[in-house]
Amino acid sequence: MRPFYCHNAPRSSLVMAKLFAKIWRTGIVTEPLSIEAGRTLDLARRIEDRTRRLLGRALAIRQVDAGSCNGCEIEIAALPNPIYDCERFGIHFVASPRHADLLLVTGPVTRNMEVPLRKTWEATPDPKLVVSIGDCAHDCGVFRGGYGVSGPVASVIPVDAHVPGCPPEPADILAGILKALDRLPEPGSRADSRTGSTASRR
Amino acid sequence: MIGAGGGATGLGAILVEVLQGLLALLLAPGIVGLVRFIKARLQGRRGAPPWQPYRELAKLFGKEMVVSRNASWIFGVAPYVVFASTLAVALLVPMLAAPLPIDRAGDLIVVVYLLLLGTFAIGLAGLDPGSAFGGMGSSRALTIAALAEPTIALAVFALAVPAGSTNLGRIVARAIEDPGGALSPGHLMALAALFIVMLAEAGRLPVDNPATHLELTMIHEAMILEYSGRSLALLEWAAFLKFFVFLSLLANLGLPWGVALNPGASAVLVAAAILIVKVALLAAAVAVLETRLAKLRLFRVPELLSVSFLLALLAITSSFLVE
Repeated sequence: MRPFYCHNAPRSSLVMAKLFAKIWRTGIVTEPLSIEAGRTLDLARRIEDRTRRLLGRALAIRQVDAGSCNGCEIEIAALPNPIYDCERFGIHFVASPRHADLLLVTGPVTRNMEVPLRKTWEATPDPKLVVSIGDCAHDCGVFRGGYGVSGPVASVIPVDAHVPGCPPEPADILAGILKALDRLPEPGSRADSRTGSTASRR
Repeated sequence: MIGAGGGATGLGAILVEVLQGLLALLLAPGIVGLVRFIKARLQGRRGAPPWQPYRELAKLFGKEMVVSRNASWIFGVAPYVVFASTLAVALLVPMLAAPLPIDRAGDLIVVVYLLLLGTFAIGLAGLDPGSAFGGMGSSRALTIAALAEPTIALAVFALAVPAGSTNLGRIVARAIEDPGGALSPGHLMALAALFIVMLAEAGRLPVDNPATHLELTMIHEAMILEYSGRSLALLEWAAFLKFFVFLSLLANLGLPWGVALNPGASAVLVAAAILIVKVALLAAAVAVLETRLAKLRLFRVPELLSVSFLLALLAITSSFLVE
């Protein structure tokens, strides 16, 4: 009986040795903070600093596609990869708005996503932030005036920061998150008046 | 009659117990952080530092709680039940010194059922708010628990046979006194079975993926999707603690050397240092294994757990034959 991990690999020990040899040869591919002549450096450094100070260097992001063409999603999906590695700043993506500190919203808000977006915002515990990504989220872009489009993200939920671009680069998205963190209120200063209609708060 | 079970007596033993509980509580997030850190490095990433889970817990304790309108009191109570039962297991598993007076509060069977109590509570909590993913996670987690719990009991029974006691402290003390027994086939098979069950129970690859964001592949994560703030922090901490408890159980049953037989201050401190090294090495092994393994399809998980059950069964048979 072959072990559970090598049903399709007859010489699994050799495969395993090759895998770890490759890991050793490749090394760490995360791009250093100083690439691209200072721009990324500044952004990355500042994020690391502020995230640590304001959210204890632990930021959970929930991504909401409110009607995007998925261009922005491709760029956002690059954030946790080994090149950009947002986890080194303590930023990670979560599967539930209840776990999130920041909502990353993309696309023009379609009529079908208007209520889900508002519900997602209500389901997120305070203190929370909203960063809208891409031109569509700001002014509906090429979808403006479409019969299925309800409006920009800011017309549905309060937006703390916006990242322009069609689509923005992953480094720009990190900058947007920094902007949002800049505006994070001190604990207790934001009035707890925004009670959700689908959730009770304790 | 305190202390009649061994060298540990009175105040010293209580201090060792308190130290053990604090050590487990404080080290558990760091061990999980270490696994994440090593995995990140093996994936070619810089990764978060090993102390990242402490920051996440601190942040979660500072956030407000949002509770679904559909949730009942079970939802609110479950995190405390899970946390308390896991902490009780952490106190009953021999980590620093053995045997201790608290060992008589519960043996192996109590440990198995305390673990099951936590699983049961979190399973109920997953069902309670009525979200689709929570119920799915609960049904999966309880299926796996039903397959894994007998293996834990059988594997440790195999180790209990030579010691003539189901008392975990006594088993570890006996293993230190009789080092040859640690190389017996029964002992080794029992440890292999425990290792596989540890992966399943602690929600690690290849059974569950602790880093997944896909609701359809989640098991543990799916049950806690509705939690936030303090409740989420308690559940996360309990999960870290469970992983730590399993690693230290594995370390101390497999390589019991270093566990103090008399709770003197220096012996206990040395035992703590050795425990940290042993658990860190096991955590590194888990990280390397998770780099190599893909998650099993859900319907393949029972096969893996049957293998571990078979190993445990062979272990206990061989223990009886050797006796």
